[in-house]
Amino acid sequence: MRRQLEGSRAIAETVARCRPGVIPAYPITPQTHIVEALGTMVRKGTLTSCRFLTVESEFAAMSAAIGASLTGSRVYTATSSQGLLYMTEAVFNAAGLGAPIVMTVANRAIGAPINIWNDQSDSMALRDSGWIQLHAPDNQAAADLHVLAFRLAEELSVPVMVCVDGFVLTHAFEPIDVPEQEIVDAVLPPYRPRQVLDPDAPVTIGAMVGPDAFTEVKYLADHALRSAPAVFERIAAEFADAVGAPQRRACCVQDYSTTGADTVVVALGSVTGTLRDVVDSVEGVGVLTVTMYRPFPAEQVRAALAGARRIVVLERALASGAGGIVTSDVRSALAGLDVPVHTVIAGLGGRPIGAASLRELLTRPGLGDVTFLDLREDVIDRELGREAVHETDRETAYETDREPVAERDGQPAIEFDREAAGEFDRELDSQPALEPAGEFDREPAGEPAGA
Amino acid sequence: MPAQSVKFYQVGSRAVGNRLLDAELRTEQSSADRRNSITSGHRACQGCGEALGARYVLDTAARVTGGRLVTVNATGCLEVFSTPYPESAWQVPWLHSLFANAASVASGVAAALEAQGRTDIRVLAQGGDGGTVDIGFACLSGMFERGDDVLFVCYDNEAYMNTGVQRSGATPAYARTATTEAVGPIPGSRPGQGKDLPRIAMAHEIPYVATATVAELRDLEAKVEKAMSMRGPRYLHVLVPCPLGWGSAPAETVRLARLAQRSGLFPVFEAEHGEVTSVLPIRDRIPVEEYLRPQRRYAHLFNDPPRTDLIERIQQIADRNVARYHLNPHEAPRETPLEISHEEGA
Repeated sequence: MRRQLEGSRAIAETVARCRPGVIPAYPITPQTHIVEALGTMVRKGTLTSCRFLTVESEFAAMSAAIGASLTGSRVYTATSSQGLLYMTEAVFNAAGLGAPIVMTVANRAIGAPINIWNDQSDSMALRDSGWIQLHAPDNQAAADLHVLAFRLAEELSVPVMVCVDGFVLTHAFEPIDVPEQEIVDAVLPPYRPRQVLDPDAPVTIGAMVGPDAFTEVKYLADHALRSAPAVFERIAAEFADAVGAPQRRACCVQDYSTTGADTVVVALGSVTGTLRDVVDSVEGVGVLTVTMYRPFPAEQVRAALAGARRIVVLERALASGAGGIVTSDVRSALAGLDVPVHTVIAGLGGRPIGAASLRELLTRPGLGDVTFLDLREDVIDRELGREAVHETDRETAYETDREPVAERDGQPAIEFDREAAGEFDRELDSQPALEPAGEFDREPAGEPAGA
Repeated sequence: MPAQSVKFYQVGSRAVGNRLLDAELRTEQSSADRRNSITSGHRACQGCGEALGARYVLDTAARVTGGRLVTVNATGCLEVFSTPYPESAWQVPWLHSLFANAASVASGVAAALEAQGRTDIRVLAQGGDGGTVDIGFACLSGMFERGDDVLFVCYDNEAYMNTGVQRSGATPAYARTATTEAVGPIPGSRPGQGKDLPRIAMAHEIPYVATATVAELRDLEAKVEKAMSMRGPRYLHVLVPCPLGWGSAPAETVRLARLAQRSGLFPVFEAEHGEVTSVLPIRDRIPVEEYLRPQRRYAHLFNDPPRTDLIERIQQIADRNVARYHLNPHEAPRETPLEISHEEGA
């Protein structure tokens, strides 16, 4: 039954129907509505046999999740942005330990400058942490993906991140069908852990592994991760059958109007809806939505893009100093094919990705390697110009022995007190050279007593 | 201040030896049926105080819980020397995740057991002083504050020994470490006395806080037993000398732990809900010098000329502990504890 629900609420209700045993929670915008709702359900007793743990940090949240998961409980948590980075060490650790935790990442920008709005810099930063990453294109998918995520995680013993665009999805109200309890129960059997802390069968989990076996451990983990696309599509089909809604069948990648399209836009997450609207009115352009971003379904991406003459990758994150993150994956997937791949950086820090801008972009005659959508070029030009002036000023100031800098751009001139500066220089010159503070003695100072 | 009752086979108590006791009064370790929670054959150094302490703690915890016990371990010596894959010294369920998070992982384990209705299984987390007082401090404080049903045991050897003896928040004044070398006018660690975690734990008003050393092993066992008889967050801080880091002979480990207690530098006490309930009295107190001398980490205090000024500062810390916890029944209790200056320079 479809109800008008906030995205976060739909996710929380879906997670509750997955019957989690432990939910460690730490607040961070824009993920908070999800864990607030779950906490209330546990308090009210509508979510039973579940412990809701209010921990002191995201690092603790993921750590408690690891402990609970390896004690045989189904575990869920949610985070965003700085929170995801703060728990990073434990995120990698959860994957290494094979703890099938499910976590919602309400995608949000990373500071500085601090910004609470949506982009995907957070989950992108952790794309190689050994987790499966699923990106929800809309709120119905966001809800459904959580059921699939638990099943996928537990079948492979690999943790799963469900990435949901912060605010755009988490705070949007839409008609959403929260999967019924019977359907969730049918798709998601009770959790049977692969290894568990149990006094009746003691095991050592998290031993130290040296060079003799570490590579093999990593190889096997990667092997398990790479089986995820096939398993995901099998589970997704099963789920869609159970729901009786073929249109809700999730795929690793989803194409839209790509048949015969000249240009295909590759994107992740909520921008999918806007893109589909746009390409309906732009000739020869299709959309490929990547739902499973890790492991990267390279074969499926290649198959879906093979016919295109131009690829545009729309990225909600930026690899500083390199360009597009998803672009690199797409380029690898297309290795050997002679097709240009353009990066468009869009929607950083919550800037809306509008239909008009996309339409203009997709009909632009030439597109560079990396384009920033809706970049305020006047601001950039002014600031870069100012930088250049300052750069010259610094050099000039040095060369001319601190000549006052003339007034520019209405800014007051920087006055140097030449007298005082000279005084300081003379004082500095009169100081003796710095000597090492003392002898660095690492030798034992005496014999061990009693030896 | 009530003194702790004397445990038989407590060295220095002048009480009856173990062999003459009834079987049920003997130590866990004297039993042929002891659990061997951490078996022999692991890779700890000779004379490792932590290995000794962990063996006593875990065997007792395993016995009093009837083996219904799971353990969580912080990164550190104990984790490294006990589990070089494919070997493991652990006969109890054992989980290692990270350096900083043992307390939080244990909280998660306890939460899962509660959610599953298996609260007969008890949770014990353990780590070194770095994993407890420094990097793991936030997680530990959170575990205390939430009232999670976990016993956290800190094996305190007063520095980061696993990484090569660097200063931790628990490193005592003037002790030489690889990051506080014995050079300059104030040699060794800074002149505080390290982060006093038992007192910080008490400030959380948790059900049980206790300190112990590997010199008083029956006392250590009794405290583990008492801790496991309670629910909620409990904290046990065990002084474990480290021959490598302290520059002491492996055969001296137990003696040094005893000297630390007898000098007053390491007060041994129990506290419940934030109040000290008993102390291990010092019957024959020694000057701190007697404890410091056998350790190379303090050798720079005994050069020619000796740093009597710094030794005196350390003595003041011991005096303050004795006064604060009323450790010496023959010394009149002071109204106010001694103030120890934390200023640079003595």
